[in-house]
Amino acid sequence: MTALVIRGGHLIDPAAGVDAAKDILLMDGRVAEIAGPGKLKQANGAEVVDATGLTVAPGLVDIHVHLREPGQGYKETIATGTAAAAAGGFTSVAAMPNTRPVNDSPEITRWMQAPERGASVRVFPIAAATRGSKGDAINDYAALKSAGAVAVTDDGYPILKDSIMRETLAAAARVGLSVIQHAEDTRLTQGASMNAGPTAFKLGLRGMPAEAESGMVERDIRLVTELRDTRAHLHVAHTSTAAALAAVRQARRSGLRVTCEVAPHHFLLTDEHVGMYSTNAKMNPPLRSAADRDAMIEAILDGVVDAIATDHAPHAIHEKEVEFESAPNGITGLETALGLSLRWLHKEWKMPMGRVLSLLSAQPAAVLNLKGRGTLTVGSFADVVVFDPKAEWTYSARDTKSKSRNTPFDGWPMLGKVRWTISEGRVAYAVDSA
Amino acid sequence: MNPTATPARRQIHPPQVPASPFPYNPGSLLSASDLTLDEISHLLARATALENQDPLTRDRILAKRRVALLFYESSTRTRTSFELAAKALGADTTLVSSLSSSIEKGETLKDTGLTLRALGAEAIILRHNSSGAPWLLEAETRLPVLNAGDGMHEHPTQALLDLRTVLAHLRTGVKAVSAETLAGVTVTIVGDILHSRVARSNMLLLPRLGARVLLCGPRELLPELAGQVGPGIEIERNFESALRQSQAVMMLRIQAERLSGLQLDIEEYKANYQLTGQRLAAQAPEAIVMHPGPIIRGLEVTAGVADGPQSVILEQVRNGVAIRMAVVERALLAGPKQGGRA
Repeated sequence: MTALVIRGGHLIDPAAGVDAAKDILLMDGRVAEIAGPGKLKQANGAEVVDATGLTVAPGLVDIHVHLREPGQGYKETIATGTAAAAAGGFTSVAAMPNTRPVNDSPEITRWMQAPERGASVRVFPIAAATRGSKGDAINDYAALKSAGAVAVTDDGYPILKDSIMRETLAAAARVGLSVIQHAEDTRLTQGASMNAGPTAFKLGLRGMPAEAESGMVERDIRLVTELRDTRAHLHVAHTSTAAALAAVRQARRSGLRVTCEVAPHHFLLTDEHVGMYSTNAKMNPPLRSAADRDAMIEAILDGVVDAIATDHAPHAIHEKEVEFESAPNGITGLETALGLSLRWLHKEWKMPMGRVLSLLSAQPAAVLNLKGRGTLTVGSFADVVVFDPKAEWTYSARDTKSKSRNTPFDGWPMLGKVRWTISEGRVAYAVDSA
Repeated sequence: MNPTATPARRQIHPPQVPASPFPYNPGSLLSASDLTLDEISHLLARATALENQDPLTRDRILAKRRVALLFYESSTRTRTSFELAAKALGADTTLVSSLSSSIEKGETLKDTGLTLRALGAEAIILRHNSSGAPWLLEAETRLPVLNAGDGMHEHPTQALLDLRTVLAHLRTGVKAVSAETLAGVTVTIVGDILHSRVARSNMLLLPRLGARVLLCGPRELLPELAGQVGPGIEIERNFESALRQSQAVMMLRIQAERLSGLQLDIEEYKANYQLTGQRLAAQAPEAIVMHPGPIIRGLEVTAGVADGPQSVILEQVRNGVAIRMAVVERALLAGPKQGGRA
């Protein structure tokens, strides 16, 4: 019997429509009671978290992270990646399958969730859609699902063949799994290392055209349309172009199950942030034009975007200290997502706090159908983030809990400082409130 | 920013792009845009002074200073002229090339640079096949780094020697340059602009002196967005029309090694863009003909034009030594850290 009371805080639970001063009792990993200040009935003897002046919200949910295990523990481990998640207020992370070996089996899916991995927060494996993520033969989705996989994808290796993508969507729909696509027509991006456009031309780098993303999204939506009766669910990962968003918007209007996520770097930065070949501004999809970036902001504010996801992609320092074209794609993101979202979406662009939090918790949980996550109603998981909504601070990559520090947001101002992250009733991260 | 973007419905002020910290070392020459007009004037003046100086006193300027040439790509003109320039000032030079060094064994650019620095190199002249490599090398070593050509990106000393050549013919006697020095001058760059670092450096440099730069070539080698790189740059697809407007014509080689699968009809290219004696006589009988080399005779230019009276190609090569003397001198004698952030 472990019990924890969060007292004196202001609860924002967008999914439950709560935005009020509340005390919360957590017991045995679940939310046991929610009541007005000082009104909890069963709180006697419980450990107390003093949340006076702080915001209490459902633990954040990131449906796109790379934890690098198995196989690349020098970049990140499940323990260090989830420690970074907890520091960033996340209590649920969905881990991509581009591990070594690729997570295309129930064994690896279970291994990733085993207690020996030392995870601070809940890890939801996303399994490979095809064997070895080679795009040729689809995996046994029923077996993967019963091992704990919450979706399938060949993230990083888009499924190019129409027939395989159709089969993937249909097979996943049969067992009730979502298909996540990294939308990139790799036939159009050979040798390219950043967004195609004037900046790439100036820097003498080959560019990835926006059509490589939007063309693939349009193809996938066509397939979902053909499979309309199966209720196939397509989730577009890290959407970065206006054209891809337009396609998603259109698909949704016609009633298709198509969702999308946007990463903080794609709603904040443009290809000009590559500067003079900063490898911490190199990721795939790349930073796009200002028009694309503005379209991301518009779509988030308009509600077309279902989730903010970080695409947390740690790489060792030595891997990024190389020529731009040779550097691996990806940046870390778990510790900066909340601070950046509040700083920009809420403070700068006036999005209500509850909507920002929803994009970081309730909505991503809904995208992957993570039951009992992303909300704080009685009976749901005791996943909580307690943060100071007024605290302005500066992110320092040196202080990261991740094994890697490849971020373009080092030294950036943040709004909203995490004080406690509680995962299934256990404190996963805490800062002294001094 | 993007003229085709629909105006945002909300007033959105996104994060600004931070200022570049480069160059860290005031002696570095990474990009043609690193130099102020005053610095360009100074380099041009030093080039002339050093060229005219007695070799026996000139070689005391950098006596026994150590300059490393780090070459990841083959080169004749650039490498030899940098080496001759450094030696003419008395510096000791050493050449490290990717094919006869530990680079072959997998040593990174960072480690190679740190090793050269530990060996006493005071400046590194880098030629690299990857765009941006000199920025990495400078950030890691904080030494003066001279960009001797990086991928498809820049070749700033080529732009400077091209400028010296243009000035000698079109602005004879000009000592210091200003934003109007080349007003009224049209320089046309013809051919494989997409893959050309020479084109990019010249596109950055020449308009700052008032020149109009015309880019000419087929779409595969000259994308429309090249015209957006900076002010003073226009695209003219018709070679005859471009020639008629030009006082200087810069012909470029088709960079077969960078075409990366691009199929090009060479006969059609020659029909449209080869500089022949006939074209030159008909459209630009007064213009100077330039080429950064290496020339592929019979492709972008005919042998007759390359060897003809309007050609200044070998003069460009000679100017290379003078300019590189000035640039190497600047690298090693630049004030300690002024303007840099090391």
